[in-house]
Amino acid sequence: MSEDRSFTLDGRPIPFQDGQTIMVAALAAGVYIPHLCFNPEFAPHGSCRVCLVKVNGRVQAACTTPAAVDQTVQNETGELREIRRGILQMLFVEGNHVCPACEKSGACQLQAVAYYVGMLAPHYTHFYPRRPVDASHPEAVLDFNRCILCELCVRASRDVDGKNIFAVQGRGIQAHLVVNTPSGKLGATDFSLADKAAQVCPTGAILTKHRGYEIPIGQRLYDRKPISVVGDVATLAESKGGRRHD
Amino acid sequence: MIEPKVKIATCSLAGCFGCHMSLLDLDERLFDLAERVELDRSPLTDIKELGNCDLGLIEGGVCNAENVHVLMEFRTRCKILVAIGACALNGGVPAMRNQYDLKECLEESYLRGIGLVDPQIPNDPEIPLLLNQVHPLHEVVKIDYFLPGCPPSADAIWTFVNQLLSGQPLALPYTQIHYD
Repeated sequence: MSEDRSFTLDGRPIPFQDGQTIMVAALAAGVYIPHLCFNPEFAPHGSCRVCLVKVNGRVQAACTTPAAVDQTVQNETGELREIRRGILQMLFVEGNHVCPACEKSGACQLQAVAYYVGMLAPHYTHFYPRRPVDASHPEAVLDFNRCILCELCVRASRDVDGKNIFAVQGRGIQAHLVVNTPSGKLGATDFSLADKAAQVCPTGAILTKHRGYEIPIGQRLYDRKPISVVGDVATLAESKGGRRHD
Repeated sequence: MIEPKVKIATCSLAGCFGCHMSLLDLDERLFDLAERVELDRSPLTDIKELGNCDLGLIEGGVCNAENVHVLMEFRTRCKILVAIGACALNGGVPAMRNQYDLKECLEESYLRGIGLVDPQIPNDPEIPLLLNQVHPLHEVVKIDYFLPGCPPSADAIWTFVNQLLSGQPLALPYTQIHYD
């Protein structure tokens, strides 16, 4: 029962198969829906809310809503753009995102999605939380200032690497990324750069040590073309400026 | 009839003057701009007293009492106030000190710094008092427009100023919006 089933996305018919979400079907049809915590390789998480679309007049996350016939979905509207921009602005003021001082700048999905939704300034009052950097691991840095709690590293480490290194602790505004060791230090784990968890971060929260600023400004992943054309940093190969191992 | 020139004031608060350098990167376009605008208080004119202006362009965030005073004066005197560059928009690199108490910052710089002779924390009354935290402009006064970048490129400044002066809706091309 999977033939000729489709829903409408911004007036265009999008075919889908049973069990597919609106996001996955749209992606397969080449339609970009902005997202941060979604990665096609992992079970959807639905936490960042950037992929909100209007399904039959109701606002829902495209990454967790199953596609169904008779759905009329709106994606690129001024109203949704404004909601998404607001979410991005809240993500920016909640952490410490100092783009000029971040090695990931130019190849950062958070930044690229913010560009895509036309965010010029963070608008809200900054939290300036105090979050010490974990530099205890010989190969990687964990900068909690840039974490947006997408849980992609949590999912990758648990479901792919089988190491269960990361977790999110606390609720609401207290929620924060932790490392599953008694000391809470990444250096005390068997985390490796070869891990899937090292390749999925949409921001500069997990960084490779001993390298940085390798690609000149103007030639970085999102310098010339928007993320809707370029694709996600986690799904692109390192040789193409992404994070995925070749 | 000659149209009156648009009066512009600029200043750098807790910034590095990089945004002003980017303004100067307009190069020959500055001649075109000079036909249409007149600079009031600005590091480029060295005028100290701020007059009534149509447009105020501010780079840098707010890190001390003098910054607050200057910013409020700009808000009072300028019809349109624009925050330019990362520091004005989100505090930027200077706001990285918000990770520490002010006391810790001062002690690290002036008491424990390398190669210091007679280390002491400066306390001359002429030195503006530092705020506990660095803040972006919009947390202190109402800001009408924001232009991101560290610094915004001369092209971005040119697009922005032209659209603003001609009353067009502001719309920067993709390559002119960046946060670094």
